[in-house]
Amino acid sequence: MSDKQGVLGIFTYLDVTIETVKKLRDAGFKNLRVFSPFPNHEIEEVMDEPESIVRFFTLFGAMLGAACGVGFTVLMSSDWPISVSAKPIVSLPPFMVIIFELTILMGALSTLVGLLVNSRLRRNAPRTMYDTRFSEDKFGIMITCSKEGVKDAEEILTSQGAEDIKFDSI
Amino acid sequence: MSEQNTLTYARVNDDIIRMLDKPTFKWWALFLPTLLFVGFGLFCFIYQVHYGLGVAGYRHPVFWGVYITDFVFWVGIAHSGTLISAILFLFRANFRMSIYRIAEGMTVFAVLTAGLFPIIHLGRPWNFYWLFPYPNQRELWVNFKSPLLWDVFAVSTYLTVSALFFFIGMIPDIAAIRDRVTEVPRKIIYSILSLGWKGSNWEWLHYTRAYLFFAAFATPLVLSVHSVVSWDFAMSNLPGWHTTIFAPYFVAGAIFSGLGMVITLTVPIRKIFHLEDYITLDNYDGMAKLIMLTSCIVGYAYGIEFFMAWYSGSPAEWGQFYYRATGEYALFYWIMVVCNVVIPLPLWFKSVRRNIKILFIMSIFINIGMWFERFNIIVISLSRGFDPAAWGIYTPSWVEIGITVGSFAWFFMFFLIFLKTLPSVSITEMKELLPVPRKEAKT
Repeated sequence: MSDKQGVLGIFTYLDVTIETVKKLRDAGFKNLRVFSPFPNHEIEEVMDEPESIVRFFTLFGAMLGAACGVGFTVLMSSDWPISVSAKPIVSLPPFMVIIFELTILMGALSTLVGLLVNSRLRRNAPRTMYDTRFSEDKFGIMITCSKEGVKDAEEILTSQGAEDIKFDSI
Repeated sequence: MSEQNTLTYARVNDDIIRMLDKPTFKWWALFLPTLLFVGFGLFCFIYQVHYGLGVAGYRHPVFWGVYITDFVFWVGIAHSGTLISAILFLFRANFRMSIYRIAEGMTVFAVLTAGLFPIIHLGRPWNFYWLFPYPNQRELWVNFKSPLLWDVFAVSTYLTVSALFFFIGMIPDIAAIRDRVTEVPRKIIYSILSLGWKGSNWEWLHYTRAYLFFAAFATPLVLSVHSVVSWDFAMSNLPGWHTTIFAPYFVAGAIFSGLGMVITLTVPIRKIFHLEDYITLDNYDGMAKLIMLTSCIVGYAYGIEFFMAWYSGSPAEWGQFYYRATGEYALFYWIMVVCNVVIPLPLWFKSVRRNIKILFIMSIFINIGMWFERFNIIVISLSRGFDPAAWGIYTPSWVEIGITVGSFAWFFMFFLIFLKTLPSVSITEMKELLPVPRKEAKT
């Protein structure tokens, strides 16, 4: 068990949540997470996370898919050389359809992998610091801090009008 | 969306999760007959496997009949789901939000139905896996130059990507259900399906990007799949099939029929589950406009086909089209024209586009018209090829009709199960439509 503590504040209003994030930042809390029932650009802006790297997964998957498409069609046709409709054995125009479909298929599958890996969606249920109201109509801020910082965090959350505050060791 | 002002975040959760309550008598009254028809379809298939493909109505020269018609019809139905969820997402068309989940579900179930038909159509259906390129003791590979193989890749990619898109879009909603239900088996199932979703900014960041990429992939995919299906026909040298307009003509027809099916499905659901605040008249208005557009494209294609046949100077081509409109199958041809071109014409009036009853009736005619469009293209072309000595008439047998009816039941069976197990309206996206709660008005 580490000595890190988690403090979770629950809010009704988006503007208050964003204001609280700014205050917590000013007070020196760096490790923050915001929960919301839907994606929101204001939260994204205030959290200022680096751009998602899912796009590289997508690009890699799509390129791999295209390469597989070329490989499949060219190698298999060469391995079983049968002349169809007087076309060359390796005939790119008809192969383009297969290459295109495999590009999409593998690009989509690797996007899924990118999503699962990067957002760490691998558990059957949320970990301790979560409130079921986040999937309904409430916003939340989770602060991860040392034991000494808990009191300061609680004070800021209370002064900002948090409806509920929860504590847990992480 | 003025009607939605009475909605709150909590009410969205309540209303949509309430749809998953224990099935009512009405639900069972719909579900049990579908099982019965699925059973009958299965019986017909087993009968066909036992006695051979001769029990289908195939007669020389028509060896692609109702099964291939059904295949193309169901692939077409599958198209508007991805149109609504992916293309309209990229265009930020808000009217899609309340209906896209139903349309996506429809897509997945329609592809599942469509995928059965090429297998049913095989003389030895148990060998269907020969279509896939895998190392085998026969030391041969598939023919990548065949449009039928392109179909295998296109349809299986479409099924995979649309099922993934459907599932990914549902993760936050499944988490909302997980947080609400208390009974043990459901709680566990929804917990597993939600993948531990918490709605943190970190998750949303990756989720929204991934969703965007899925939409970007699904958009060209949806256009390619029905184009590939159309090339099954257009690549062969047969009057009525060998034409360059088939790809856009099929894609427009697919979107047209799919939207028709979305309306057929959503109107009763809206009424039964009291979703009037979610699926609004604006949504139907938007769909009706798309139906209008695609009906015009399809109508233009019907006309230009005749022009091209005449202008080509080919007696076989012109004879084929003249026969379509005046021959033994003329009734089916005119059913197609009336249902797909004439009946949607009143949609030019706003009052019609916002009249749910008229839209519902119209959507059923569109479904019928589009089924006959596929029948006409496939069967009439085959029955009158180049050589008059090889002309013939095809009539579907009871086995083919039984399997077709069974396929509709199969589709509705999945759909009814979906209505009671997964959120039919996107909880997350409906919330995005509502004003964000703020303590102080935004300046």
